[in-house]
Amino acid sequence: MKIVIMGCGRTGSQLATMLDAEGHQITMIDTNDYSFRRLPPDFKGTALVGDGTDNEILKKAGIEEADAFVAVTQGDNRNIMSAQIAKHIFKVPKVLLRIYDPLRRELYTNLGLETFSPTTIFAQLLKDNLLHRGQ
Amino acid sequence: MYIILVGGGKLGYHLAKTLLAEGHEVLVIEKERNRIEYICGELGSICLLGDGCEATTLAEAGTARADMLIAVTGDDEDNLVACQVAKHKFKVPRTIARSSNPKNETLFRMLGIDVTVSSTNVIMEYIQQEVPTHILTHLLTIQDKGVEIVEIRIPADSRSLGKKIKDIILPPGSNLILVIRRDQKPQMATPDVAIQPGDQVIALTPTDTEEQLKAALMGK
Repeated sequence: MKIVIMGCGRTGSQLATMLDAEGHQITMIDTNDYSFRRLPPDFKGTALVGDGTDNEILKKAGIEEADAFVAVTQGDNRNIMSAQIAKHIFKVPKVLLRIYDPLRRELYTNLGLETFSPTTIFAQLLKDNLLHRGQ
Repeated sequence: MYIILVGGGKLGYHLAKTLLAEGHEVLVIEKERNRIEYICGELGSICLLGDGCEATTLAEAGTARADMLIAVTGDDEDNLVACQVAKHKFKVPRTIARSSNPKNETLFRMLGIDVTVSSTNVIMEYIQQEVPTHILTHLLTIQDKGVEIVEIRIPADSRSLGKKIKDIILPPGSNLILVIRRDQKPQMATPDVAIQPGDQVIALTPTDTEEQLKAALMGK
């Protein structure tokens, strides 16, 4: 698959590393080229410096031919905006994004985006472990 | 009207001041305490500390009863999200977003924002008006009606020179409104006014007929 990932933080870089190792064609976008240090030395994909909420940068990243787009920057709103561009303007078949704020996540899920809130997932995980493990 | 402003920067502050003077009920949502203190000091207690993209803050602001939400932070993505949350969660009838990147105007419209004002475009248009070589200048776009108001400067080699307004064939839906002539008071573009070189003509035209209008008035 041809996958564009916006945000080369811990999550983005780890995802990219795993997908790259499995032979997928990955393009990373980040506003700061220092973030690309997180990619492994044998990374075969492309790293592009730029703002993923900008159509031109997304085009440069090959969004028009991409099978999937993943938005995992630290900013909920940046993820929301670029995911909507990918989905509605470039018609990318699979668009996933992170939204930390659970309420915002609920709204955008209702608007048809595939969203994930680490806040909710992690809180649930902690609760499950607190209450069920070792009983 | 009850109007919520998201973003208490320079634009938010001046907008709040103007809207208050017009008698509206105004609330400014701003993240920074310093800005809140400044605005409240100048305009009274019209601020709420918080993130205008968060549903909890918007609920506290009484967004459900707001007639309008205007997002004027410096970040396009924040303005987009504030408007979308207001629109979809709180059913605010009218949302207006500021965008710095002119390209976002189309995107925002597509995503359901009622009006998008690109500050960059507005500034560029004002500068264009001052550049004499520019023949057609946009003055105002009335988005939901699909029309715009433009200014055309008639050059010395225009084929409509000396023609009366009633004899000029304009594209469908276009109307000339006003003729501004050097050293004279602006006059209504009545059918018998004849076009002279250097005239500034103000016209109302459907957004897609700009080139035809230009051709009708300049036509070389």
